[in-house]
Amino acid sequence: MIRSILLAAGLALLSLPAVAATQAEAEAALAAAQTAEADALAAKAAWTTTEADLTKAQKALAAGQWDQAKAAADEALTLAKRSVEQANEQKTSWRNAVFR
Amino acid sequence: MITPSPRDRFALARYVVCALLLATAPAKAEDKIDPETERKAFQAFFFAKFPKVAKEEFGNGPYAVNESMRKQWKEMMEFPPYEFALDEGHAEWDKPFANGRRYADCFDNKGQGVRQTYPRFIAATGQVETLEGAINRCRVENGEKPLDPMTGLMASLAAVMSESSQGKPFAIVIPDDPRALAAYERGEEFFYSRKGQLGVSCASCHMSPAGERMRGDILAPALGIMAAMPIYRSDWGSMGTSIRRLSTCSFMTRAQPLKADDEDYRDLEYFLSYMSNGIPIVGPGTRP
Repeated sequence: MIRSILLAAGLALLSLPAVAATQAEAEAALAAAQTAEADALAAKAAWTTTEADLTKAQKALAAGQWDQAKAAADEALTLAKRSVEQANEQKTSWRNAVFR
Repeated sequence: MITPSPRDRFALARYVVCALLLATAPAKAEDKIDPETERKAFQAFFFAKFPKVAKEEFGNGPYAVNESMRKQWKEMMEFPPYEFALDEGHAEWDKPFANGRRYADCFDNKGQGVRQTYPRFIAATGQVETLEGAINRCRVENGEKPLDPMTGLMASLAAVMSESSQGKPFAIVIPDDPRALAAYERGEEFFYSRKGQLGVSCASCHMSPAGERMRGDILAPALGIMAAMPIYRSDWGSMGTSIRRLSTCSFMTRAQPLKADDEDYRDLEYFLSYMSNGIPIVGPGTRP
């Protein structure tokens, strides 16, 4: 009986919609992404796709679509961080590709 | 107090000598940059990959290595799409600045047959100057506004200078200056570094896969890739300089293109042009 109740509760939890992002969360996510992208630009390592996601996040924020804004900003943050990682990794590994 | 034995003293002296020898040892051979050795290896790679392509042909890019494209190109060249740019460039070249001086006054040999010596390392600035950079410097020094270094009138002027150098082999000089060698090395680093979200380098497309198809395009060999600049590119529907081409490449890898006069692009062009020393200028050119 207890097991059935727990199972039902678990299923109910799974079917609940994800918690909606607030304006503050969306703004914080965008600010974090913009900071990371500034680092990528300074390292001349930025990706066009990061810029596209930032634009998408800014538009969604302006339209009051906090979920979409946060999702796009999170994606931009990931891309910006990855672009800097790529540049750092390539600082030494490019030599392995030189034709000699 | 413990007095070291003669044996201990000898061991200590041995360690000191070894440490001094290690500290003064030359860097490993692979750490040293020797542009001329690298150029020979670079060119040998392409000569081996395309044994039927004459050295003089490499400046023609995909048309040198793909027969069907070459046929189309020969037909296109009956009415070269850069003719209008050449006309515009000649008119501008001959027109005096407001101060009465001309472009020709800014260049060696009045700008005739010198394109193959660009980009150049300029000792006074410690930086590489491209042909377009030299044209803009000429304008600014004579009281004119600089031009967009990627297209338009700049491409037309570069076309005029390239035309006067047709057949002259690239003769890029790396002077005995550590800053020039550093610029060469930065260009080399750019060429071989994976960039953009697609994680590809210039070499990823223009070394081993040269001559193969990437979707609808035939990838041009890196050797001689600057010899046809500036180019009329069908994809652009207009003329573009080497900087425009590099910027487009960045975009295609999903890397954010750098500013047109960014030092990294200038150094990359320096490296690429040096690698093509001996390959004749064929510009202005055309590309799909």
